[in-house]
Amino acid sequence: MLETVFFYAFAALTLAGAILTVTMRSAVHCAIALISSLAGVAGLYLLQHAEFLFAVQIVLYIGGVMVLFLFVIMLVNLDAAARERQFHRHWLAALACLAGTGALVALFLTRGAESFKLGAPAAEAAPGAGNIETLSMLLFREYLVPFELASLLLLVAIVGGVMMAKKRI
Amino acid sequence: MINLLAQPWFIPLVTGVVIIALAPLAVAFTVLLERKVLADMQARLGPMRVGPQGVLQTIADAVKLLTKEDVVPSDSDKWLFRFAPVVSFFTAATCLTVVPFSEAIKVTDVNVGLLIISAMSAVGILGIILGGWSSNSHYSLLGGLRSAAQLVSYEVALGLALMCGVMSAGTLSMTGIVKAQLQRGIWFAFDNYGLMLVPMMIYLISSVAETNRAPFDLPEAESELVAGFHTEYSGFRWGIYMLSEYINMFAVGSVLITLFWGGWLRPFPNVAALAIPLNYGVPLVVFGGTGLGCLYLSRRQPIQGYAIGIAGLGVVFLLVAAIFMIPAVNGPSIPVFWWALKLFTVLYIFIWLRGTFPRYRYDQLMNIGWKVMIPTALAAIFINAIVGMARS
Amino acid sequence: MPVNFMPTPQELFRFAPEMLLTLVATIIMVLEPLSGADGKRKFAVISFLSLAAAIALSVAAAGDPGAAFSSMIVVDGFSTFFRILVMVAGVLTILISTNYLRMEEHESGEYYALVLFSIVGQCIMVSANELIMLFIGLECSSIASYVLAGFLRDDKRNNESALKYFLLGSFATAFLLYGVAWIYGTTGYTNLSEIRRVLLDPNSNQNMVVISAATALMFVGFAFKVSAAPFQMWAPDVYQGAPAPVTAFMSVGPKAAAFAMFLRVLMTAFEPVKDRWEPLLWTSALATMVIGNFAALRQTNIKRLLAYSSIAHAGYIMVALTAHSDIGTAAAMFYLASYTFMNIGAFAVVTYIARKGERHVEIQDLAGLSQRRPVVAAMLTIFLLSLTGIPLTAGFFGKFYIFKAALDANMVWLAVLGMLNSAVAAYYYLRLIVVMYMQAPSDEMEELPAPSVGIQAAMFAAAAATVFLGVFPSVVLDYAGKSASFIR
Repeated sequence: MLETVFFYAFAALTLAGAILTVTMRSAVHCAIALISSLAGVAGLYLLQHAEFLFAVQIVLYIGGVMVLFLFVIMLVNLDAAARERQFHRHWLAALACLAGTGALVALFLTRGAESFKLGAPAAEAAPGAGNIETLSMLLFREYLVPFELASLLLLVAIVGGVMMAKKRI
Repeated sequence: MINLLAQPWFIPLVTGVVIIALAPLAVAFTVLLERKVLADMQARLGPMRVGPQGVLQTIADAVKLLTKEDVVPSDSDKWLFRFAPVVSFFTAATCLTVVPFSEAIKVTDVNVGLLIISAMSAVGILGIILGGWSSNSHYSLLGGLRSAAQLVSYEVALGLALMCGVMSAGTLSMTGIVKAQLQRGIWFAFDNYGLMLVPMMIYLISSVAETNRAPFDLPEAESELVAGFHTEYSGFRWGIYMLSEYINMFAVGSVLITLFWGGWLRPFPNVAALAIPLNYGVPLVVFGGTGLGCLYLSRRQPIQGYAIGIAGLGVVFLLVAAIFMIPAVNGPSIPVFWWALKLFTVLYIFIWLRGTFPRYRYDQLMNIGWKVMIPTALAAIFINAIVGMARS
Repeated sequence: MPVNFMPTPQELFRFAPEMLLTLVATIIMVLEPLSGADGKRKFAVISFLSLAAAIALSVAAAGDPGAAFSSMIVVDGFSTFFRILVMVAGVLTILISTNYLRMEEHESGEYYALVLFSIVGQCIMVSANELIMLFIGLECSSIASYVLAGFLRDDKRNNESALKYFLLGSFATAFLLYGVAWIYGTTGYTNLSEIRRVLLDPNSNQNMVVISAATALMFVGFAFKVSAAPFQMWAPDVYQGAPAPVTAFMSVGPKAAAFAMFLRVLMTAFEPVKDRWEPLLWTSALATMVIGNFAALRQTNIKRLLAYSSIAHAGYIMVALTAHSDIGTAAAMFYLASYTFMNIGAFAVVTYIARKGERHVEIQDLAGLSQRRPVVAAMLTIFLLSLTGIPLTAGFFGKFYIFKAALDANMVWLAVLGMLNSAVAAYYYLRLIVVMYMQAPSDEMEELPAPSVGIQAAMFAAAAATVFLGVFPSVVLDYAGKSASFIR
């Protein structure tokens, strides 16, 4: 019961944060809304007993990525951007898209109603799943190659970032 | 009554309440300690007016802060301005919830305790930069930006240094880390044939930077930025910032002693012969010595009231020393004693650093962070991993 | 959980080409600051040799096929085919790049390192048997391509190209990842074979709505990467703005790898739900062909024209995918191989014609090429004829097998519309040939310097391969036909 309440609270936080992120005017406020959205996701992880993911989500996203976001937003002058019209005036196109999407979703819901019961969880979670031991066993044994390749991916991204940003190498 | 004590939530609840109640008091006296120690290092007396030898100075300061006018700049982002100190305090206080003061006395023991402290100190940056930004002042903004850059840079080295300790302990739970040290019979600072001293030093230096203290106090460099990110804050909001800054010091200090200095363990935790002399002798020396010192000071007070006050304080200390000699009391409270003794040693080192080193320039700060600390920490992880594997 | 998790030498050997290329690329990055301004040429040589060695290793690894690293990657005929294909594309790219970079005064080791990293990513994409690996490979390849597209940092068009590619590309990859997450959430697996097993299992009672939605989300990501409609808008701008050799590379390497991954995912994992994605692919294939061909008709810039033509070719390959049969897969493989050669060849010529600053990329700049540089004109004619699909060139058999596969799969209308489309395509390809041969060069045209050795080598090799595949298609097609069955 309590978990359900928390679930809806965190889900609401996530969604409200996401909506505010795209509708707020000031870039700093957008960033703060995004932070609350990410915090909501972290809370959802915690409800799933994925403590490690919870902590990592906070360390990486809120403490790392978002702090750098704010850092850049504060360094860059966004006043001009804030004065710009935030939404284009393509109301008709937007309404058409909305109607189309709504029709599709309605079709999904009606046609697929009987199949919309989510099946039994495919893989029963191991006891203590999400804990660091289980995670590291998976990460450093079965998923070792993707793990290592992720470092290659980061290397490429760093090289690319330096390449694009630096005037003279 | 017995039922109440046996409840699983009883000790966490009491500890939590005690933390919230005691932390501001502990901060007040740490500030006093800092001022007195700095004064001593600079060959002056420090605060002497309020109370005997100025011991009540910070209490008076706190009362003053509470009653001061709370100024919110008219061009500031009002909501964020009010919200930012809350973030700082909340994150700092949350850090303390996973710190074990002894095996039994703690709020909670989660299996990712260390990560939660990292996470909270990472979120704590937000309080600083949001406060700096929302003030709508150049000094504040610069202070906030500096601190964001500094914290992000040093967090990397900090995390890497923590990783060495976690490798030795094999767990992220704070209690588990101390238990691992008990089991191995060694503080992790001296593990791996002394190689762990390197990450310990890295952690110590980075944690000074993490708490924005001298010589890394660029975010609030008085000579350049007035007061940095909290220039526009006044009254109790400023007080909350200061409070959370010192609680952060407690938190990083607690992590340092938990991970590297054996947490609540006494020195040589496995040598049974030393249990009696250390567990009884050291409190006796510390509290008894303080008590005698107070009694000595009481004869030199200018006012009679002060003399009585400080003599009373001396008697209280002597009484505490005596209480520690009772085995029934000594048993459960001696871990907390060791923990507090270590914590205040760390705090003393922090103050000592502040009294000794001049502030770094910004480029020096970044050079130290990226070109010295992080490579050293990576090398330390690598070497400690190899040595640790080879040994076990 | 396997008790022994150390990789066996066998597994390492199957992964050797990727490891070699990563190592060489890293070494290049280390050597780069140590070499002077005139010492950059050696990086081209190093990359060339390492790619040759990696091709040899791939061939060797194909002798011992199988999965590696807990079925993360699988080395079979299919992955070997595409591995070699993307590496050959890399070799040709390096050949046409060296002189271009020198001319633009941007010769540096990073370029070659990024090309190698991109190829590593593509190799992972084509051999991945696991959605996570696939995603990492795709990102590796894409990020390197984003940077390569903006390699000449001071050039506005390069910047525009890189930024557009990056923003749209990341957005599309997010869709792919979202689809992967849904698939994992509903089936509990990311391994392609396991997903297939779950989908085929009558007792698993899968939620078809979720599976279809996930497939659709993944389709968005794939369609973007292969520039299929309705996600093709980025291609013309990016291809036009990027440096010509990079465009050559982007239009073949990542595209071939993306098609390989598309094929493997559709044929291995989602084959059981084929009646759900078939209409989607059918529509997309047709739209891609039509948009590509009709937009190409109006272009005056050669690079932009080739960009639309590459969209159109993606449409033909989508027809082969829609057929979802072994013969369709084989046809797509053959088409991608021939497309690689003819397109890189065409771009080699464009690189040569464009000269410094890429000032000469209008169709009119080709005027009188047959008199000024008859050999180059002849080469470009071969490539254009092949792109059109004239017999005796690779392009003819490519189209032939694709439409045959479509007819076999009872998609008569798609085949007919595809053939009509290639008739439209003939118009703009032949227009280039007409300009080259029928128009006299205008007087104010500057002297065309002789093509560099690298461009010559690339042109001749690509032309030889195009003609060879056009005359003896069975060599490659037999291999493709044999390996097509591996992925189901």
